[in-house]
Amino acid sequence: MTTQTPMIEMRSVSKHFGSVIALSNISMKVYSGEVMCLLGDNGAGKSTLIKTLSGVHQPTHGDMLLDGKPARFKSPAYALDAGIATVFQDLAMVPLMSITRNFFMGREPTIGWGPLKRIDWKYADRIAKEEMARIGIDVRDPSQPVGTLSGGERQCVAIARAVYFGAKVLILDEPTSALGVKQASVVLRYIARARADGLAVIFITHNVHHAYPVADAFTLLSRGGSLGSFRKEEISREEVLNMMAGGAELENLDAELAEFQRNDRERKADGAPAPGHSESVAAAGHADAPAGERLASDR
Amino acid sequence: MSSTETKQSVAPSATDRDERIQRVSFWKRALNRPELGALAGAVLVIAFFIVSASGTGMFTPAGIVNFLEVAAQLGIIATAAALLMIGGEFDLSIGSMIGLAGILIAIPAVEYGWPLWAAILLAFACAGLVGWINGNLVNKTGLPSFIVTLGFLFILRGLAIGVSRLLTGRTQIGGIQEHIPGDWFASLFSGEVATGLFSWMAANGWIATNFAGNPVVSGIPVSIVWWFGLTAVATWVLLCTPYGNWIFASGGDANAARNSGVPVHRVKISLFMFTAFSATIFACIQVMDTGSADTIRGLLKELEAIIAVVIGGALLTGGYGSAIGAALGALIFGMVQMGIFYTGVNTDWFQVFLGVMLLVAVLFNNYMRKKAMEAR
Repeated sequence: MTTQTPMIEMRSVSKHFGSVIALSNISMKVYSGEVMCLLGDNGAGKSTLIKTLSGVHQPTHGDMLLDGKPARFKSPAYALDAGIATVFQDLAMVPLMSITRNFFMGREPTIGWGPLKRIDWKYADRIAKEEMARIGIDVRDPSQPVGTLSGGERQCVAIARAVYFGAKVLILDEPTSALGVKQASVVLRYIARARADGLAVIFITHNVHHAYPVADAFTLLSRGGSLGSFRKEEISREEVLNMMAGGAELENLDAELAEFQRNDRERKADGAPAPGHSESVAAAGHADAPAGERLASDR
Repeated sequence: MSSTETKQSVAPSATDRDERIQRVSFWKRALNRPELGALAGAVLVIAFFIVSASGTGMFTPAGIVNFLEVAAQLGIIATAAALLMIGGEFDLSIGSMIGLAGILIAIPAVEYGWPLWAAILLAFACAGLVGWINGNLVNKTGLPSFIVTLGFLFILRGLAIGVSRLLTGRTQIGGIQEHIPGDWFASLFSGEVATGLFSWMAANGWIATNFAGNPVVSGIPVSIVWWFGLTAVATWVLLCTPYGNWIFASGGDANAARNSGVPVHRVKISLFMFTAFSATIFACIQVMDTGSADTIRGLLKELEAIIAVVIGGALLTGGYGSAIGAALGALIFGMVQMGIFYTGVNTDWFQVFLGVMLLVAVLFNNYMRKKAMEAR
């Protein structure tokens, strides 16, 4: 694996927005036929990293290499031309436009030449319908506005579009967040298939059950920096869970909840009256204040 | 027709119609087109004037050409304004650009002896520059185009007055007519077409003739040809070309469009240049027609163009609209303006009607957009 050239590589990439350092010194290698899962808390820089890869932002320092060759994308159009397709978190859809118009936005198939060059609507409608069918959405009418679709359906259009146009690298920013269980599994299968087809896939999710099965490697971001990349063999599901947003906090929360329960039990054991419903609610409200104080002092 | 339909519903296959959608009738489909409101409005206005202005000569060939000419001049700039509004921007400098372009044609031709075609080319070049600056300012600063082009509304008007006073000491330049004959480029913007056809129709007694035996309408004014031509081209571009898709995308959600690889900045700059060019076409036609240029020409035309576009079903927020709608908006505008004159109603009421029309159109459009966004 390591002798191979990475499909996409970042070498100490930094991105500054004025005085804000959104990314600092990130290095990452993603090989073709491999799924890299980006982990990190909110504000860790995952989306900035993805936007840098897809040409929305240009790195302030550092280099990006596509298939071993230096790449600099002035705009998302250049990244798309280079074979990097992205599903953005906001999906990059225009609600008033039809499914087909959205699907081929910026890459319209044409027939004819010169002044008669025009969009091949028949072909475009057919492809849009077919690609949507492959992801499990049976489009009623490809000319209906995207605004009439549900959130999950919209997400599927964005994913189907990226898969259709992503020749080398597929980037997905929380693609499963608005999906039901069945559609999420379809997306995961899609990711697995893209990997089998030899694409390099970069995948952001907050859901460990989605991340762990398909990922080959994990990169952990925190406060704009990288805490390192791990192969799947080196790391367990629980460790991944801990690294994911809120892993450590969940443990703290568990401890705090246990503390609450212990307090409750002690109060009951002290012989506090526990008859009517309303009274117990009032009692709980009463007990809140000291608990809150204690939490505050703990910090 | 109905028999084939039932067959399909009995044995549906993957490529057949989807059983979950009812067959959408032609009318229901038409309801989702942006120009529907304008079409209904145009029919209403025509019906109204057929009743109220009957026998006044409004619907004689001469009368029709009259109001079509008014509609055509507005329609030329409304087409460009429609594309720009669908692209998500406004251009308030159209009217001032008309005044400036007229001066730029007249001064070199009359005062400095330029051939008219060179003067017209100069006007188009300057218009292109103005559009380019407008577009770049909007792109680079992220300011609303409303503010940027409002600035240019005053800058261009001031330039027109200042330059013409500086070079000629006047704000009106006449005597252009004598330069038109024989100028190949100027002839594109002056006179009438299909004059032979109209004499032939008159000879056959299909249209009325005047005392000299010439047809009362000697041809189609060139402005109407420009109007139809521009509307047709704009419609083709919007509905059939990738560039049209980019216009919708840029206006619908510029960020999404950019992230999908649409060159949003280039689209917007080209649209601003097109509005400036359309203002120059307007100015050419007007200057050739009247034989003079005046710095005050084109006053309020930018707002009239926006009214026509909005009546035509475009959304002020961009991403939705049509060039045919803008043409219908201009037609309504021209018919009402001339029709009020024919019906003998005091023309003071024209502006009241215009304002009411605009409000009704916007309310109707908002309603229709909500309908369009509902799952069908």
